[in-house]
Amino acid sequence: MLGVIVAVWYLAAILMNAAWERDQAARAGQTVGWAEIVPATMVQDRPVLPAPHQVVGALWDGLAGQAVTSKRSLVWHGWVTLRATAVGFAFGTGFGIVLAILIVQFRVMDMAVMPWAIASQTIPIVAIAPMIVVVFGRFGITGMLPKALLAAYLTFFPVVVGMVKGLRAPDAMQLDLMRTWNGGAFATIWKLRLPASLPYLFASLKVGVAAAVVGTVVTEVSQPTAGLGARLLTGSYYGQTLQIWAALFVAAGLAAGLVALVGLAERVVLRRVGA
Amino acid sequence: MIWIVAALLVWVGFWTLNVALIARGGTARWVRIAVPALFGVALLVLWEGLVRGLDVSAVFVPAPSEIGSKFAASLPMLWGDFVQTVLKGALSGYVIGCGAAILTAIAIDRFIFLRQGLLPIGSFVAALPVVGMAPIMVMWFGFDWQSKAAVVVVMVFFPVLVNAVAGLGASDRMQRDLMATYGASWGQSLIRLRLPAAMPFIFNGLKIATTLALIGAIVAEFFGSPTSGVGFRIQASGGKFQLALTWAEIAVAALSGLAFYGIVAWVEARLTFWHPSQRGRD
Repeated sequence: MLGVIVAVWYLAAILMNAAWERDQAARAGQTVGWAEIVPATMVQDRPVLPAPHQVVGALWDGLAGQAVTSKRSLVWHGWVTLRATAVGFAFGTGFGIVLAILIVQFRVMDMAVMPWAIASQTIPIVAIAPMIVVVFGRFGITGMLPKALLAAYLTFFPVVVGMVKGLRAPDAMQLDLMRTWNGGAFATIWKLRLPASLPYLFASLKVGVAAAVVGTVVTEVSQPTAGLGARLLTGSYYGQTLQIWAALFVAAGLAAGLVALVGLAERVVLRRVGA
Repeated sequence: MIWIVAALLVWVGFWTLNVALIARGGTARWVRIAVPALFGVALLVLWEGLVRGLDVSAVFVPAPSEIGSKFAASLPMLWGDFVQTVLKGALSGYVIGCGAAILTAIAIDRFIFLRQGLLPIGSFVAALPVVGMAPIMVMWFGFDWQSKAAVVVVMVFFPVLVNAVAGLGASDRMQRDLMATYGASWGQSLIRLRLPAAMPFIFNGLKIATTLALIGAIVAEFFGSPTSGVGFRIQASGGKFQLALTWAEIAVAALSGLAFYGIVAWVEARLTFWHPSQRGRD
């Protein structure tokens, strides 16, 4: 499967980059055949579509070829993105769980807030990224905070919706049992509702962490000083396609890694609670 | 000060009213609409009161009334941005992407070997920040809506594909056997049984894709656009500290998202009225 993708990619790279080579040759007053074009399309500086080995080369150079503190290092930019994502994700998850508990405990909260939480899922929230950067910038706050805020915001809603479902998962019989044992509201939440909600929580966390990465990266596009989103924007400004593709792959790897991490935590935790 | 006190009083009043409504009306339909609506209004009043009372400058957070009047005053421009971003960028990409995904799903269903390993790839791609493809698409297809549509196509393709493939496998053995007993061809069985049975799944994907389409179209404008569009205006007005306009555009994006989702959900309710999740609703 992977082999097919790479083969198609090489073919596409040749076809899409060929126009530029022909153009160059025409300007030099020469004619070129495929024999000259094909190798040339593999090594362009600013290819329309870089060949896979060029992307791998750019990735290797960015990840291993630079000092990790260098502004040209993808490790450094990836770390900037990862830090903001992680902080935002943690806060978004925390607030989401608290709000979900309030919603399950209080009917007013449920009826007043829940429709808004659900409706917010249909809204392109990342659109507020440039505004958050501008408003925080006015207060002289740049760097991690605006990014983490948007990441938290994007994590928050899936966690609320998933956790409300999860906290309501125990059936009437189990709730009755808690009452029979004279378990108060706190005991019911801590010993019954929260453990029962764990599978729902982890399902939401996987969605949330992927959304948090998107939020951070998009905010970095509006605040292009550091991070993978900044690499995407500067790459697109200066036509550095290799830089864009390398940043894109690191961002994809980061998101996949974080989702895998949540999946790992899920397996460990669910085994511990015996689910 | 008077503004803050008034706003807080209104907040408490609305909250008490909501509690009373629920105690009295229970879960009647109008209560379920009135309570969140009152909560929304209370939030707006609180926002307005705090901005006025604390004398917050409009370059930080504009008051809702200011955003509202800006919205009303710039309707032609907002409409132009809506057409550029939502109708041209998001909608055309949505139609192409979802159409391609459903056709691919049918092809996969026909040639079963393709199905191996597709679902893991699909759910893997769903977790990736696909919106990062935006700068590449802007390079390939230029600044205008075509590049936005291209981003949207890439973003909506996999969620719809995965759901459609799952849906086409949703009819059960007995039903397929019955179609075989009738001597139905693959095409007849697809049209009469498998596609209708897949509809709830397909619509699930289509609903997820509405939000993704708007995100793709708006974020792609951050990487370059002609001088109109929701994403362009959010970025440009933010840079000029015209935050009332920024908020008005955000309202356009939010309303578009709600309307887009609402329309797809409405079509779903019409087409899959037979499904348990749609039955028993008034």
